[in-house]
Amino acid sequence: MIAQALFDGILTGAIIALGAIGVSFTLQIMRFANFAHSELLTWGAYLALVFVAFAGPGTPTGPLSFGWQLVAAAGFAAVLTGLLAWAVDAVVFRRLRKGGAHPLTMVFAAFGAALVLRHVVVLIWGHESRYYTRELQMAYEIVPGVRVLPDQIFILALAVLVVIALHLFLTYSRTGMAMRAMAESPPLAQICGIEVDAVIRTTWILGGALAALAGVFTGLTPQLHPEIGFNLLLALFAAAILGGTGSLPGAVVGGLLVGIAENVSLLWISPGYKQAMPFLLLLAVLLVRPQGIFAEKK
Amino acid sequence: MTIGIFSYLVFFLCIVLVLGLITLGLNLQWGFTGLFNAGIAGFYAIGAYTHAILTAAPNPLYLGNLGLPWIVGVLAAMAATALAAWLIGLVTIRLRGDYLAIASFGIAVSIQLVTLNWEALTGGSQGLTRIPKPLSSVFDTPLAYNLWYLALMVTVVALAYFALERILRSPWGRVLRAIREDEQAAVALGKSALRFRLEAFVLGAMLMGLAGALYVSFIGFVSPFDFLPILTFQVWAMLIVGGSGNNRGALLGALVVWSIWAASGALVSKLVPPSHAAQGAAIQVILIGLVLVLMLLLRPRGLIGERAVVSRHAGD
Repeated sequence: MIAQALFDGILTGAIIALGAIGVSFTLQIMRFANFAHSELLTWGAYLALVFVAFAGPGTPTGPLSFGWQLVAAAGFAAVLTGLLAWAVDAVVFRRLRKGGAHPLTMVFAAFGAALVLRHVVVLIWGHESRYYTRELQMAYEIVPGVRVLPDQIFILALAVLVVIALHLFLTYSRTGMAMRAMAESPPLAQICGIEVDAVIRTTWILGGALAALAGVFTGLTPQLHPEIGFNLLLALFAAAILGGTGSLPGAVVGGLLVGIAENVSLLWISPGYKQAMPFLLLLAVLLVRPQGIFAEKK
Repeated sequence: MTIGIFSYLVFFLCIVLVLGLITLGLNLQWGFTGLFNAGIAGFYAIGAYTHAILTAAPNPLYLGNLGLPWIVGVLAAMAATALAAWLIGLVTIRLRGDYLAIASFGIAVSIQLVTLNWEALTGGSQGLTRIPKPLSSVFDTPLAYNLWYLALMVTVVALAYFALERILRSPWGRVLRAIREDEQAAVALGKSALRFRLEAFVLGAMLMGLAGALYVSFIGFVSPFDFLPILTFQVWAMLIVGGSGNNRGALLGALVVWSIWAASGALVSKLVPPSHAAQGAAIQVILIGLVLVLMLLLRPRGLIGERAVVSRHAGD
């Protein structure tokens, strides 16, 4: 029982982590809580659905329920969602930023943007649940008592690859270094001649692309509906703050902790309360260590 | 026909005043103190459910339904909301502003889960019914009752309005604005920013709880679907449209935004076929989101913004 909950927790945790990376960097680089980020997950999931509608989910490859087309769909959704995030910034957040708006005004605007984004999805695709593929899959018992779908292993492996690639990007590329410098101290980075606008653009595009992947993965296990992003909102924030904002390892560990806490707690509490778990975890962290688990105390 | 329109108008105004009371509470928190409350629907629900659980007619199926007097329910609703706001404030008010937003949003989500899942106390998705309407034996036709309730709401909102105006002009209110404008300066003058913020947050939440209690005793039943997250965004839109930092703006915003909401709802139900009801509802919500964002971009002061107050000693 507990082993199964742990595995399920790691899987949801990996998905939450992909979404939380964008939240975490926005919190640190642009200094505001972007409540619209969860809608990028939803948009990513539905944009992939558009691709699948044209290309089909593909013939199942090996034990998976989909073919290469779904992977291509995820890439397509990642690119478009990255651009969407950047466009929302251009239309709403950049104007407020340039006008010297209070960071909390940005949060108001983020909620407004979230409302519009989420309900445009309802307007286009309706409220019904949708599926990328209707293929049935066999669960494999990898360890006694732990049943796993091949799709889940695929998601986990892809998430790990993406995080490693992102880590290399942040560590070795100039843009990555600039992002980390901004996360550390925006004024100092600016004095050092870092192009703030370019960093902010990269942050949106990367955050949006990762959110899209998280959305596609959520939609794959097993269905899409217009609230898949919104339902994860608290989990994303809990993960970003838990690990300490503006840090990639922080967001990943935060995501895993939230995912595991959610699934393990189901052994004792009714599933109806599952969504409250990230919130309780978040309150505990804010009470004890508000700067996050990994961050240095300022 | 005219009677129909008249009685709808009375009902409509009662709802506007309930929402106006919430907006006044939010104005104290955001407009005057700069506290971001993303859990309005949650605090409103705490007030509503506390009142319902204490006053609803006894029913062996439920833990609550104590059948206590109306006024006990109202006071307890305010106390319960104050307690919840105090607890959440203790943890988050000392942190950066948007953490309060995240935590209060979490409260609203959690309260919604409790109202849906703890059936023995809240009736689950069925909600609780037979909540006594005050003086309904005296005003026994629906229109007479609604008129009496409108008078009650006008009185309560007027009291809240004048009390807020009074305390905001008092030294306490001036300290709030001083903290909002320049926290370091206020702290240097020996004011505890934390204490004043917490007090303003709790007081604002109490008004939301009061509004919840007044809403359920007007309608006579309570269900989780009256406290969806959209309510939080509607109340924000009311404050931003009316003009935050101005109590008359808060009330005006409640009237304007609720009119837009009701009118767009009526229009959508006329034009959109029932098979596309979800899309119709989505249009209404998109409208609220657009109003919020456009107002912030184009007219951040709102319709009537905060009046600039200059000390009469300035220039001496």
